Amino acid sequence: MLSRPLLRFVRDDRQIRFMRGRYAGLLVSALLSIASVILFCTPGLNLGLDFRGGIIVETHSPAPEEPAHMRHILEQARIKAASVQAFGSPHDVRIAINLPQGDDAEHQTQQLVDHVKQAIAQALPGTQIQRADAVGGSVSSELFRDGVLALAFSLGMILIYIWFRFEREFALSAVITLILDLTKTIGFLVVTGFEFDLVMVAALLTILGYSTNDKVVVYDRVRENLRKYRTMPLKELLDLSINETLNRTLGTSMTVFLAALPLALFGGSTLTGFATVMLFGIVVGTSSSIFIAAPLLLLMGQKRLRKGA
Amino acid sequence: MMYYSRLRMLGVVGICLVSALLCLPNFITKPSVPLPWHQVHLGLDLRGGSYLLLQLDTQSLQHDRLQSLEGQVRQGLLAAHLGFIDIQRDDKAATLSFLPRAESERSAARKVLEAISPAVPDELAVSERHGRLVVTLQRAAMRVRAKEAVDRSIEIVRRRIDSTGAIDPSIAREGDNRIVLELPGISDPERIKNLLGTTARMTFHLIGPNPETATPGTTLMAMQDGGGSLAVQDQVDVDGADLSDAAATMSDSRWAVSLKFDNRGAEDFARITTEHVGKRFAIVLDNRILTAPVINSPITAGQGEISGNFSARSASDLALLLRAGALPAPLSVVEQRSIGPSLGAASIHAGVMSLAAGFIFVVAFMLLFYARFGLYADIALFANLVMILAILSLFGATLTLPGMAGILLTLGMAVDANILINERIREEIKRGRKPLQALQTGFERATSTIVDSNATAFLAHVMLFVFGTGAVRNFALTITIGIVTTLFTTLVLSRMLIVRWYAHTRPKKLPV
Repeated sequence: MLSRPLLRFVRDDRQIRFMRGRYAGLLVSALLSIASVILFCTPGLNLGLDFRGGIIVETHSPAPEEPAHMRHILEQARIKAASVQAFGSPHDVRIAINLPQGDDAEHQTQQLVDHVKQAIAQALPGTQIQRADAVGGSVSSELFRDGVLALAFSLGMILIYIWFRFEREFALSAVITLILDLTKTIGFLVVTGFEFDLVMVAALLTILGYSTNDKVVVYDRVRENLRKYRTMPLKELLDLSINETLNRTLGTSMTVFLAALPLALFGGSTLTGFATVMLFGIVVGTSSSIFIAAPLLLLMGQKRLRKGA
Repeated sequence: MMYYSRLRMLGVVGICLVSALLCLPNFITKPSVPLPWHQVHLGLDLRGGSYLLLQLDTQSLQHDRLQSLEGQVRQGLLAAHLGFIDIQRDDKAATLSFLPRAESERSAARKVLEAISPAVPDELAVSERHGRLVVTLQRAAMRVRAKEAVDRSIEIVRRRIDSTGAIDPSIAREGDNRIVLELPGISDPERIKNLLGTTARMTFHLIGPNPETATPGTTLMAMQDGGGSLAVQDQVDVDGADLSDAAATMSDSRWAVSLKFDNRGAEDFARITTEHVGKRFAIVLDNRILTAPVINSPITAGQGEISGNFSARSASDLALLLRAGALPAPLSVVEQRSIGPSLGAASIHAGVMSLAAGFIFVVAFMLLFYARFGLYADIALFANLVMILAILSLFGATLTLPGMAGILLTLGMAVDANILINERIREEIKRGRKPLQALQTGFERATSTIVDSNATAFLAHVMLFVFGTGAVRNFALTITIGIVTTLFTTLVLSRMLIVRWYAHTRPKKLPV
């Protein structure tokens, strides 16, 4: 049983002419990314507690609990909730409250969370507080700054690294592809309405990491083939390189996809969004290696990497 | 390349065994024999508990310093027989300024200012603006003071938390003026918040000659029980810092707090109560009057009692605060996160389930697609998991839900290196190379690609670790550790397994 692999993605001698679809690939990618940027502007990301500040309280009651009833309880305690929703089972309710305004907002935020808990404890004895988070305005803006910094620095490091290891055309087309990947993932976040918080920043960075990894492997092969086949036109050479690495590209994407899938299915409320975005990112990152990164390299490198071809 | 000496093999196996040993404490209970015992700590999101981010009010620290500086300046000038007009404090600019009484006294006054002893080096700068002499608190020095104040606050916060009986709390500085407090198992931190919300600076003052209105040298303060307010002399007669003990007691079937002073406090207390029999004496806590009894007779034993509207809880809390000491400046909560124990348990369940399912998927995939070499990759994968856990245990690192996700994603990533090697070997076979040559070239070529791709991921996640906070840091930490263990398990361990297999069987055909 162990003497021969049972499955393969594509036959080794299969040569798919990917570069034929280069314009279609770039066009589709550009359209999707433009749509994502528009979505990012309106309606925009659903900022999570980390970046927006405010209060989230999640309760678990012994008996099924209507959100409307919970809203009524809060109103009686003079608490204005931004949203009261059922989530998960009918026993669970999630209360979100916006950041209070004014001079004393920091202090109020922290007091409000205690008020909410007291109101619920009085009206619904036996209800468990599963989660009670309160993030003040100053902290949330700092968290946002740190998140953006982390994202920018990682992208910068990737650019610098590829620049050192490869030639300029490689680094530029890789980073353009990564930015296109990133915009699409943000578009996906807007469409699905997942809360954008620190964990999502981590997801975006991981997607960037994988996507880069994928491009590095394909580019590595391109570089090797450039030395090996001195006269082959760049277009054919790119097709050859993609085909040679295709089983690896699909194999790796598949394993990462399989590893993230259980998280998306039963990772619990915190990780489901994270893992779903990861799954999307893996698909986007894999396809962009083939349909975006390689065509971009062809466009940019036609003159410099292979003269007269 | 294709030869592993016995010593090297022993080394690799040894590392794996040591890793397995290091993981062990996470799964068994600690034996009674003293052994080095390191284990992974579960994050608050997994075990339930509270996270509080406290911020020290550095503004008030500066305000207090300006106030004491004014005292020093007044004293210095009076001692040198110099006069001043219109002394002013500016909290925003952190300055204290005044006009010298006469032009002739200017240089002498300046000398007095320059001679004032700073609380920390380079604290004060003296200048002149529009004819006024200005003392400015230097920013760098104020930051040093804030740092010191945070250190002192951490000590006092620790004492207060410890006396509540909280188990295994973690208290750490963050940035210049913040303290992170983690309280496992306490999912309702309201009492803790209240305990930390008071600076608990207790002072004893005489009441001013005219109790209803504030005159120079006195301040109007509200009574704790809401019974109006009294004008209290600014002069501190006895300081709560001179207490040696405090406890909640019952007195006439009502709750009270008994106080015991140290030598200095007892002396002060005896002197004041002897000199002012028949007068009222205010006990002030954080600018509110707890109680203002009349001094009936001199108290010389260095003991006293505060009665007020106490309940059992509030009396013992006040005693606790007095024992722990006063905070140098008010602390306020700026971020709070608490998670109930049942949610934590559910998260552990979800995390472990996902890890197991992901692991099984990946293992099955590798077996189906890469046969024997897939099996070796799977062994390496398992070793990888063990090593990540071992390193986390060794450093006593914290594992959170995002950290678990990081481990899972590392597993997905780790097989990439094996896939790269296997695909490369297969290509070399297709090009007509002999098995041994194919293995050799395959390893060599794939290694440079593997190092390249892992280096980029490593850099990205180190950045994430440096700039990230909380959940993101833990995620980045596990992935960064995972990249290192991945390089070891694939480039060394799984290669060794393949080489051993080849050396034993000398196959004509490779299972690729």
